[in-house]
Amino acid sequence: MEIPYTVETREDTGLNNGKIGIWLFLASEVMLFGALFASYILLRVGASEWPRGHTILNVPLATFNTVVLITSSVTMVMAWASLMRRKFGVFRVYQALTVLLGGVFLVVKYFEYSAKFHHGLLPHTSNFIAIYFTLTGLHMIHVIGGMAVNAYLWGPGAKLYKTNPEWFTNRVENAGLFWHFVDLVWIFLFPTLYLL
Amino acid sequence: MATTKTAPGHDVHAAHAGHHEEPGFFKKYVFSTDHKVIGIQYAVTGLLFLLFGFSLMMLMRWQLAYPGQAVGWLGKLLGDNRMPGGVMLPEFYNELGAMHGTIMVFLGVVPLAVGGFGNFVLPLQIGAPDMAFPKINMMSYQCYFLGGVTMLGSFFIPAGGAAQSGWTSYPPLANIAGSGQTWWLIGMIFLITSSLLGSINFIVTTIQLRAPGLTFMRFPIFVWAQFVTSFLLLLAFPPLEAAGVLQLMDRVGGSSFFMPSGLVVSGQVAANAGGGNPLLWQHLFWFLAHPEVYVLILPGMGIVAEVIANNTRKPLWGYRSMVYALGFLGFMSFIVWAHHMFMTGMGTVMSTFFQTTTMIISIPSVVILTALILSLWGGSIRFTTPMLFALGFLPMFGIGGLTGLPLGLSVTDIPLHDTYYVIGHFHYVVAPGTLFALMAGIYYWYPKATGRMMNDFLGKLHFWGSFVFMNVLFMPMFFLGLAGVSRRLYDGGASYQFAQPALHYNVISSWGAWMLAVAQIPFIINFFMSLKTGRKVGPNPWDATTLEWAAPSPPPHGNFEHPPEAYRGPYEYSVPGHGSDFQPQFERA
Repeated sequence: MEIPYTVETREDTGLNNGKIGIWLFLASEVMLFGALFASYILLRVGASEWPRGHTILNVPLATFNTVVLITSSVTMVMAWASLMRRKFGVFRVYQALTVLLGGVFLVVKYFEYSAKFHHGLLPHTSNFIAIYFTLTGLHMIHVIGGMAVNAYLWGPGAKLYKTNPEWFTNRVENAGLFWHFVDLVWIFLFPTLYLL
Repeated sequence: MATTKTAPGHDVHAAHAGHHEEPGFFKKYVFSTDHKVIGIQYAVTGLLFLLFGFSLMMLMRWQLAYPGQAVGWLGKLLGDNRMPGGVMLPEFYNELGAMHGTIMVFLGVVPLAVGGFGNFVLPLQIGAPDMAFPKINMMSYQCYFLGGVTMLGSFFIPAGGAAQSGWTSYPPLANIAGSGQTWWLIGMIFLITSSLLGSINFIVTTIQLRAPGLTFMRFPIFVWAQFVTSFLLLLAFPPLEAAGVLQLMDRVGGSSFFMPSGLVVSGQVAANAGGGNPLLWQHLFWFLAHPEVYVLILPGMGIVAEVIANNTRKPLWGYRSMVYALGFLGFMSFIVWAHHMFMTGMGTVMSTFFQTTTMIISIPSVVILTALILSLWGGSIRFTTPMLFALGFLPMFGIGGLTGLPLGLSVTDIPLHDTYYVIGHFHYVVAPGTLFALMAGIYYWYPKATGRMMNDFLGKLHFWGSFVFMNVLFMPMFFLGLAGVSRRLYDGGASYQFAQPALHYNVISSWGAWMLAVAQIPFIINFFMSLKTGRKVGPNPWDATTLEWAAPSPPPHGNFEHPPEAYRGPYEYSVPGHGSDFQPQFERA
């Protein structure tokens, strides 16, 4: 039994199933991070004292990470665009770069976290540190998830390209939408936590 | 032109078997991706959890009616750390209360209404071969199952047992409670994941896999109800997930998101840094939990609409108004949450805003209920078992809704807040309201799922027993609440002088609960007996009009013999000039 519109688009909606699915998923993700950002605001305005982010956190490292993530979004688009032009070899390169840049982000994050642990800055010290760990930690889980999907599409998942290139391209596009979202969350997190 | 109305089931099975080899037991019943199997998995698990949650409540009702009286055999059964010598410990009572609420809402009613009926009926009603993402559908059930196992497992934690801070888990109490609360949070994260996966699937399926000709305004009301419900689940659950993550951080990571400065616990200043805000949890929690109320009721309303149209043999009154009301209800449900928080001191401006939106949201509910009642007018009503439950739903939900108005107004909420009146109010909405609708759905779609009718006599016995004892159980709660008895008392108010004249209502209510359990026995017998002995039926035993009745009973893998097409609206009953009193959507003129 075939599920209709997994690859081809439905005439009256102009979309395939996966595309609607990923946008709905992103809508729920917006609500998740939206609730956390709202909590941040409520905690901050209710606090008797709240440090400026740059006095505690490492702004240069985070700036570097911002550049890394934005670059990875570019390579993600290039990966998808190569597939649209049916250039599988080029896709492989860009997709690998996307995953690697995600890895660079995690390594930088590791150094940031271990510096905080080293200085004894743990969630119980203050709500600022606690919300920093909560927000960046949850974002990091999303980075790892996105990397896992992208690595799968680079490796074993790419077999689909041989049998159904269009379906495979759609999958890469949806993975890309998620990756851009993860990038976007960071672009909000960076000023909120580090600069303001 | 030949119609697609009759679909002899045997040919389909034969043709089907020719294409595929039969999958093994595990593939067919445990790791199935077929929406019908998943729907039945959800429904059966949900029913078992309902029974379990009800059992917890029956234990509590003993303590409330006869506080401190020993029941020897229960003491032996449940052990000395719960009921030493048969007398219930306060901690165990708190566990029962928290887990009754959690289990009934998140593991019982919603999985049955959305997971069960949504999965089984929705794809059939829109003429789809399956859900849009069958594997994600399977994962959704598995996440639900794991969440359920986590919640059940928490009862057996050696130190302290299950969560004890109510189904609302208000901090700071929940922050400093025993380890059961951590398990509760982990279980909730599983359940939230499950409903996220499910709701995406429902929305995509509804938009994309509609049969040709089935425009949105030809949807059965049940499909509309599930569609709106899915949006509520999709958008309202993530804030609770956020709240759950924050509370986990508080409990495991030692942060103080919900811990105010200078909190004193058992005479000691709490070791946290402080600076947190307990009200933040309430806002995040109720941002989910008020839409959740509509998640509980909308599928029920959808089922009642189907059953009423079918059994009055006339079109629903005000189909369009109902659709618009459903959409408006869904939207409004996101901006009423703080009416649960009038007594938190959040300020009169906030209270005024939320009492206004609360009064506004009662309008679409009334529109839907009125449309359903007016649909009865002039119909030639068939008093089948599903119809009895649907008719029972109308006044019971009406009582539940009307008693909610004094709670939604911030002034009258002051004396009623946190009394038994509140318990009476929302149980009238959910128990004889939603649960009656779900029972109507079980009796209505059982022949579609199994190919056999349920026994009518046992069904009617079930209905009348449930109808009477639901009221014996819940009506006294209004009186107790108006007498001022708090809902949170371990002894049901026995230690309070002012509560003495009302205490006998506890006894009436408890006997109502136990008799209600007895009234479910005919249903349980009927459910299993009819699998073997029920009257065999064809595709359309109720002479109904919607698309699910075009498929054979039970529908094979892939559902329909021929892909169905919708030629008209969903409720074309008693059309003047037509030969029979119903004209199915799938029948060409």
